[in-house]
Amino acid sequence: MDTTPTDSLAPPAPAGKTVTRAGDRVFLGLSRGSGILLLVIMAAIAVFLTVRTISAVSQDHGNFLTTFEWNADNTPPVFGIAVLAYGTVVSSVIAMVIALPVSIGIALFISHYAPRRVASPLAYVVDLLAAVPSIVYGLWGALYLVPHMQGLTAWLDQYLGWTVVFKQSAPGTAARSLFTVGILLAIMIIPIITNVSREVFRQVPRAHEEAALALGATRWEVVRMSVLPFARSGIVSASMLGLGRALGETMAVATVLSSSPVLTAHILDPAGGTFAQNIASHFGEATDFGRDALIASGLVLFVITLLVNGAARMIIARRKEYSGAAA
Amino acid sequence: MAKRIDVSGLSAYYGNHLAIEDISMTVEPRSVTAFIGPSGCGKSTFLRTLNRMHEVTPGGRVEGKVMLDEENLYGAGVDPVAVRRTVGMVFQRPNPFPTMSIYDNVAAGLRLNGTAKRKKDLDTIVERSLVGANLWNEVKDRLNKPGAGLSGGQQQRLCIARAIAVEPDVLLMDEPCSALDPISTLAIEDLIGELKERFTIVIVTHNMQQAARVSDRTAFFNLAGVGQPGRLIELDETQRIFSNPSAQATEDYISGRFG
Repeated sequence: MDTTPTDSLAPPAPAGKTVTRAGDRVFLGLSRGSGILLLVIMAAIAVFLTVRTISAVSQDHGNFLTTFEWNADNTPPVFGIAVLAYGTVVSSVIAMVIALPVSIGIALFISHYAPRRVASPLAYVVDLLAAVPSIVYGLWGALYLVPHMQGLTAWLDQYLGWTVVFKQSAPGTAARSLFTVGILLAIMIIPIITNVSREVFRQVPRAHEEAALALGATRWEVVRMSVLPFARSGIVSASMLGLGRALGETMAVATVLSSSPVLTAHILDPAGGTFAQNIASHFGEATDFGRDALIASGLVLFVITLLVNGAARMIIARRKEYSGAAA
Repeated sequence: MAKRIDVSGLSAYYGNHLAIEDISMTVEPRSVTAFIGPSGCGKSTFLRTLNRMHEVTPGGRVEGKVMLDEENLYGAGVDPVAVRRTVGMVFQRPNPFPTMSIYDNVAAGLRLNGTAKRKKDLDTIVERSLVGANLWNEVKDRLNKPGAGLSGGQQQRLCIARAIAVEPDVLLMDEPCSALDPISTLAIEDLIGELKERFTIVIVTHNMQQAARVSDRTAFFNLAGVGQPGRLIELDETQRIFSNPSAQATEDYISGRFG
């Protein structure tokens, strides 16, 4: 046997010099290289977006933040993100309000309630839902969901119209509204939130659940005392993944929403727009300047996503000393 | 409180696998009964049938009768959740609720029961339980700190405090010291000696010296071979089991000839 310095049987290297193996060096180089590459790509994207944004916004004859309409290719160009930011946030909030409880319910059912022969197929079906392309959801939304929303929107208008939010300006119009978009987005993000939550619920240590069971907890009390607190940060992460998709969803929104530069509290009205939808609708016929303007709106969406993620991290960090990982 | 357990003809299964077969025994109130035996002999499984925890394992089922004074725990219409509220359990690894403070850990069972809703009553019971678990002096200044921040031995006493806070009739302990250092073990053993004044205590242990130290009566379990069901070999005064057992297998086991 040869005794190269990398041989594990070799005597210890002289003091001050640690033994490194070729494999370790290669792996170190690879992982460090990927880390650096990621940072470079991020920086390049940021520089690209910022440069284009500055050049577009500086020539905007409206106020970029408060203008409703998007006429970047007019002379002079007048465009703003007010409607887009509002529509993006509102449709995503609607989607989250619907999707989060449903997803946690499905995930709990799969992980803790359903017998195994039901749970596995159900989990598989949920996985399949996540694989459906968004344009298919969009077509389904436009051709099926929109006409079938009439009854619900009329009902909401009649009984909850006094809340202003559910008031329809023109009853009977097609439901190509932010509300319908929110529901469609909810259906699209349910599989994501469900899958991630389910995995987290499965990882709850048996000992935590038995602690609750042995105290005389019912199944729901076990979920409340042991499962949900342990899974808390995982649920937040799952929600962020879902919210990320909802915020950035393009084709499904563009297919369903009847967009218009109107900012209204009536979420049942066919009006408004979202960042991604606006980009998709205008990109094709936009001039170079128009594209820069669209990129500017994309940067705002990016910032919003960043803020949401930061907020989520703060929620997780706030109760770190109580996190289940400490046990 | 402190009720007698009377088991007759009890068998427990995991799916089709018979884990323990035809066990009958009586556990006296206000005493400590220790279960000893080689790994896989079903002593932990048997312990878990005494508060109907066995059946939460997928495929777990039980045949036979467990009388707690006059009530059959496996009788028709008996709610296993209610059983577990009267038969407390302490586990091998300390398992305080990681997201709860020390106070909330002790109060957890009380809140489930819906008894002692008022803050003042709750404070009283939490203090009494922590005092009862010999933990009060160590944690009284940090009741709002997470229970998971305590040392292993303290966590286990916290779990005991949590179990006795609901004033159970019986306290089951599944190798409560096996994850602890000798000093923490001693603290728990002293505690067991105090708790038997108030509760019926059943303890599973791999440590025969521990069984000899803490228990009044000892049950020896054994199995004929791998895959065979575990059986109760004998149950007698601890002193007798360790000096002059009636079964040869018991003698072989306690003298270290196998297991």
